[in-house]
Amino acid sequence: MNLTLKIWRQPDASSAGAMHTYELSDVSPDMSFLEMLDVLNEQLNEKGEEPIAFDSDCREGICGTCGLMINGDAHGPEVTTTCQLHMRSFKDGETITIEPWRSDAFPVVKDLIVDRSAFDRIIQQGGYISVNTGSAPEAHSVPVPRDDALRAFNVATCIGCGACVAACPNGSASLFMGAKITHLGELPQGQPERDTRVVNMVAQHDHEGFGGCTNIGACTAACPKEIPLDVISQLNKDLRTAIKHGH
Amino acid sequence: MSHDSHDMDMPDTVTSTEASASGSLDGDYDDAAGYYTPGAPLFDTKAPDVPIAERWQTRKFEARLVNPANRRKLSIIIVGTGLAGASAAATLGEAGYRVKSFCYQDSPRRAHSIAAQGGINAAKNYKEDGDSVHRLFYDTVKGGDYRSRESNVYRLAEVSTNIIDQCVAQGVPFAREYGGLLDNRSFGGVQVSRTFYARGQTGQQLLIGAYQALERQVAAGTVETFTRHEMLELITVDGKARGIVARDMVTGAIETHLADVVVLASGGYGNVFYLSTNAMGCNVTAAWRAHRKGAFMANPCYTQIHPTCIPVSGSHQSKLTLMSESLRNDGRIWVPKNQADCDKDPREIPEEDRDYYLERIYPSFGNLVPRDIASRAAKNVCDEGRGVGPEVDGVRRGVYLDFSAAIERLGKKGITEKYDNLFDMYERITGENPFEVPMRIYPAVHYVMGGLWVDYDLQSTIPGLFVTGEANFSDHGANRLGASALMQGLADGYFVLPHTIRDYLADGPFEEITEDHPAVVEARESVKSRIDHFLSVNGTRSVDSYHRELGNIMWEYCGMERTETGLKKAIDLIRSLKDDFYRNVKVLGSAETLNQSLEKAGRVADFFELGELMCIDALNRRESCGGHFRGESQTEDGEALRHDDEYAYVAAWEWAGEDSIPVLHKEDLVYTAIEMKQRSYK
Ligand SMILES: Cc1cc2nc3c(=O)[nH]c(=O)nc-3n(C[C@H](O)[C@H](O)[C@H](O)COP(=O)(O)OP(=O)(O)OC[C@H]3O[C@@H](n4cnc5c(N)ncnc54)[C@H](O)[C@@H]3O)c2cc1C
Ligand code: SF4
Ligand code: FES
Repeated sequence: MNLTLKIWRQPDASSAGAMHTYELSDVSPDMSFLEMLDVLNEQLNEKGEEPIAFDSDCREGICGTCGLMINGDAHGPEVTTTCQLHMRSFKDGETITIEPWRSDAFPVVKDLIVDRSAFDRIIQQGGYISVNTGSAPEAHSVPVPRDDALRAFNVATCIGCGACVAACPNGSASLFMGAKITHLGELPQGQPERDTRVVNMVAQHDHEGFGGCTNIGACTAACPKEIPLDVISQLNKDLRTAIKHGH
Repeated sequence: MSHDSHDMDMPDTVTSTEASASGSLDGDYDDAAGYYTPGAPLFDTKAPDVPIAERWQTRKFEARLVNPANRRKLSIIIVGTGLAGASAAATLGEAGYRVKSFCYQDSPRRAHSIAAQGGINAAKNYKEDGDSVHRLFYDTVKGGDYRSRESNVYRLAEVSTNIIDQCVAQGVPFAREYGGLLDNRSFGGVQVSRTFYARGQTGQQLLIGAYQALERQVAAGTVETFTRHEMLELITVDGKARGIVARDMVTGAIETHLADVVVLASGGYGNVFYLSTNAMGCNVTAAWRAHRKGAFMANPCYTQIHPTCIPVSGSHQSKLTLMSESLRNDGRIWVPKNQADCDKDPREIPEEDRDYYLERIYPSFGNLVPRDIASRAAKNVCDEGRGVGPEVDGVRRGVYLDFSAAIERLGKKGITEKYDNLFDMYERITGENPFEVPMRIYPAVHYVMGGLWVDYDLQSTIPGLFVTGEANFSDHGANRLGASALMQGLADGYFVLPHTIRDYLADGPFEEITEDHPAVVEARESVKSRIDHFLSVNGTRSVDSYHRELGNIMWEYCGMERTETGLKKAIDLIRSLKDDFYRNVKVLGSAETLNQSLEKAGRVADFFELGELMCIDALNRRESCGGHFRGESQTEDGEALRHDDEYAYVAAWEWAGEDSIPVLHKEDLVYTAIEMKQRSYK
């Protein structure tokens, strides 16, 4: 396949960026999207042009490091991560636009790399269960109904990639946050801190500059782990309850 | 026999030749003569001299305490936020020490542990199927082919149960039964069900638990995290580890971080092979820099190669993806009998023209033979020219894993329920639907058992430098059992290190070190000059091209089968490639910004030196054990042959300087609680 690639390049956070156009030929449909960029980078290096910076690590769809806007879609046309997208999803002769996540709360670091540390700071504000090492009761002392465990697991599969934020016209991180609130809220172990958790996480979310949720659903559509929209209802419900409890 | 084998192991049922002791060497071989200098023997002095079941309790009691009021004054650097690092950082933060935690990713949650699929072992015996601490200990030592240190393994089995309690309390959503209790499965061919799991994402869920505990400590002010920071040097002062030099990967700033003690939880170095199932950034730099400062590297050649990975599709391949080994329970492995059939549609190859080679050679275990046997057999049939799939560099490297019989038996629905997302994942990567066409698989490097040498306290040969998780060598011997790396990482970080490190810290307060101390300045300057060198060579070849070539050498000569001639050739090839790298590498960009080529250059430079040592270690060990198969040491049937009389030791290598050959120190392996046996799978 031959492709025309329009790629965002930006030397660092404080400099202005611009789209650059590259032609790439002989792309194999079996390549992953990031391997296609690797090949481009080898060619740039050869020519003496600095390779394009982009993030990836596991390349298996689980670490959440990768993430690109591809033709305007977070992670591209399939329901998967950028690293698991393959070139067979594109056509010979196609022009592909590649940009970093766009969100005020995710400033660009360089080229296609953004700073998502805001997610860590949201977790710091309550995305955990307080239990010091060694103080845990025997694992079987608290049975958890299988369906609750299953739902907790399903939403705990969030990889923290940030596609939900990038896809959202408001730049809201409600899906990410709702996934964590629901994961911990479904489990008996998560109950004692349920109220404070939601209140503090939401406060941090707003403080970081993420926008509010207006129920558009673009987040779920972009989420590679198919986190359902109802985690946001759960988030709102928990928040209302917490406020009712005087938080 | 029915055998729910997901991972490699030495099942108990096989006893045929167990009684016969290991083979012995006729003649004194020293294949590595000229490549190393013999050194003094090495001993673990920390495990108390009491019966094995009492050692850990005794050591915990003997380890001195640090008064809570003093902990705040003591500082700890932890490099790595995988299971081993995040768990330690959280626990030591909770205890009140001042912790600095480092990782090269943009968030601690992305450490490579996140990718582990299958599960985590623990001797809970919830199934009442005869499991116990002793059995888990026994399985692990035996699985490691009697090349691990028994004290450490016993302790691992002992604390395994606490891990599950801790994780459940943190909210790790393990699979559960209808009654609400935890589910277990059998993994690694063992005969008990002791593996806890969260669908195919156990590593992810365990790591998120540890990450959340870590972030809780960040909020509490005990832990400070340094993400996108790469450790490039260890700082030692008067022989003790006192800090690290790290590069801020965003600004390029070379930073000095000083502390009273340093912990490396920096993971494994499988990426020395270029292609592996490891994440792109996995590296040996942290460990290797420590090695060059005096930490011994133990058994570096012990590599685990996993038989069920998705084959290479072309020269663009950047990494390999593991397919859970559970697939071998229902899939049948075959290749065409005739070379001429290799490029045919497999569905058109009639039954009689297929070679189900594992079932043929190993009739009792068939497709469920251990990982190394399955891997080697696949390589052999492909070397014979009977591999399938695309030709890459003139060879087809793949074998079929065929589910048609299982689909007939269980129905498409049954298979979907059992293998969940694996079929999807395969289709996404290869573009082929395994319900219609047999899967293709090929072995890939997956895990390294070798690592920095540590004593029972997990302390390296540098005082004040502790090493945990995959980065150390201690628990898995020559081969790791499935679901045991996660167990080890969390055991080390939550339950072992926090006790042993306090004995070291009890000597505090330590002498204050400042940034202008000569040893600190020297470490910082050496990092800067290395970086300057990479950027100034301005040669013609990219870092990746060197890495790929190094990987090919390692895979060819230090992979599934190793021989004296091959290893010697590899050493020569690596030396000249390394030479060329320093003179001809091309790294663009500057040191003052995010520069991924520069990051890779430093890692590849260290991989060269590690690769050479791996070959020397493999050359020295003229026996086959676990994941290390020496062509010269096999039975008539081509099975691995150990030589306990010669090699029942840990090979701990000391760096002797840039232009010197390494020094070999041997730690004899003494088993008091288990008897050494040779395995057989026929
Ligand atoms: C695909 C796959 C599946 C697996 N499945 C299983 C399984 O089912 N069960 C099982 O028990 N095991 C499994 N394993 C093995 C297991 O996942 C690993 O051995 C284990 O997670 C290693 O944990 P760790 O904490 O030691 O290191 P890692 O998780 O690799 O963490 C290393 C950390 O060190 C940091 N680091 C490294 N170098 C530097 C540096 N120079 N500077 C700063 N930071 C640095 C990294 O940022 C990272 O935070 C699997 C492995 C793979 C590859
Ligand atoms: S909710 Fe989905 S899109 Fe958002 S961070 Fe998690 S996995 Fe990514
Ligand atoms: S690189 Fe890990 S999810 Fe894509």
